[in-house]
Amino acid sequence: MEASITLRVDGEKRSLRVDTRTTLLDALRERLGVTSVKKGCDHGQCGACTVLVDGRRVTTCLSLAVALDGARVTTSRGLAQGGRLHPVQQAFLDHDALQCGYCTPGQVCSAVGMLEEARAGHPSFVTEGVTPPAQLSDEEIRERMSGNLCRCGAYVNIVAAVRAAMRQESAP
Amino acid sequence: MTPFEYERASDASDAVARVASHPNAAFLGGGTNLVDHMRLGVARPDLLVDVSRLPFADITSLPGGGFRIGAAVRNSDLAAHRGLRERYPMLSQALLAGASGQLRNLATTGGNLLQRTRCAYFQDVTTPCNKRNPGAGCAALEGHNRDHAILGASEHCVAVHPSDMAVALAALGAEVIVLGARGERRIAVTDFHRLPGSAPERDTVLERGDLITAVELPQLPMAANSAYYKVRDRASYAFALVSVAAALDVRNGRVADVRIALGGVAHKPWRALRAEAALRGAAATDECYSKAVDVELAEARPLRHNAFKVALARNLMRMMLRRLTSGVAS
Repeated sequence: MEASITLRVDGEKRSLRVDTRTTLLDALRERLGVTSVKKGCDHGQCGACTVLVDGRRVTTCLSLAVALDGARVTTSRGLAQGGRLHPVQQAFLDHDALQCGYCTPGQVCSAVGMLEEARAGHPSFVTEGVTPPAQLSDEEIRERMSGNLCRCGAYVNIVAAVRAAMRQESAP
Repeated sequence: MTPFEYERASDASDAVARVASHPNAAFLGGGTNLVDHMRLGVARPDLLVDVSRLPFADITSLPGGGFRIGAAVRNSDLAAHRGLRERYPMLSQALLAGASGQLRNLATTGGNLLQRTRCAYFQDVTTPCNKRNPGAGCAALEGHNRDHAILGASEHCVAVHPSDMAVALAALGAEVIVLGARGERRIAVTDFHRLPGSAPERDTVLERGDLITAVELPQLPMAANSAYYKVRDRASYAFALVSVAAALDVRNGRVADVRIALGGVAHKPWRALRAEAALRGAAATDECYSKAVDVELAEARPLRHNAFKVALARNLMRMMLRRLTSGVAS
């Protein structure tokens, strides 16, 4: 059973027919050749497949492509603009926030979405009071990034990279 | 995954009619639990009716002082609502204690209530499970049952309900608004989920075609002094071993009113009505708190690997009551 859908992937309009069983993850990788999104656990438990859908970070392994007709999808590849890396991507390089790199595209997309959530005043489980402080503590960053696992254990440098990107973005 | 048809509902009545008239259809909301179950073979619908784009994504104030939360409101948006976070902090905390940022951006209010147990045997189609396959037996009874129920279980099922949000909603006395083939009805969250009894395949009292359209929170001033506490195997992104949602109103050294619900201990969010009854009017002292909590847990029946949950539930309830006695738990 198939359906026709159109997605805007990293700024480019892509139309395709998909089996209704196809997840957004498989549509991106297997049908559209967008390999900057990675398949980890395929059960929503590791965060490797994180992208931004209509600006919000989500796992793509649990989303059916057919239900996302018309969505705007941004993968890690699409975060770079005009040959310049996104500040979060640059911070991951500057802080050596990876070892094998497999979880990195998901970590980067998650961090971009997470920083936007914090700017919009979204609290986390460790936030005291109604809204988070303008600068997230390391505890806040860890809690908010807990949906992205790194089997190499690069967490210390990931926190450093996210902290640096946050400070750069909020600098005048 | 078995093949299925996909349809998008035009409105709530249309969605109900499509699922009610089909023997093996399911509603699709955020999909975070259902799509996983379809991949695991736990769920095999041959028709998905997508309700995620229906106009139920708003949170509105009610005339009496409560709030109406649309069924399609995402968990992240519900947790971030300032008015709710000030007036019902336990609800926001419970939502933020669940899943991850990515999943909370997908998961809906209605779907959160309808998520199914994370019992490893339920999710593994190679093992017997009365919930997945009625009459097959229960592998958890004599198996690895550390995560399982200590209250209200049966010889047929010892699974626990996984939701954090539902625990807070049970404590707050929220109601679920359901549209069915015969019209709309309201169900208290405490009556919405079932104990397993001899029919563990039924998680809730819903009938085929019933669609959650909203959840309503009552006006409850005491909930401003409330909190949610969750104990789990890692610091974040894990299901509860035991959790507690509580609100407390102490006046002149006595308990004027109290709400307590437990997560991770039963087939449904466990409203601690016995403890609440023992606490109302009692002195706001640790001694009275301990007695009331023991009344609640007198019915606990731990399994081989989860006796620790009884002590954990006891300690958590006492700790929460002590903290709330001296003001908001933060």
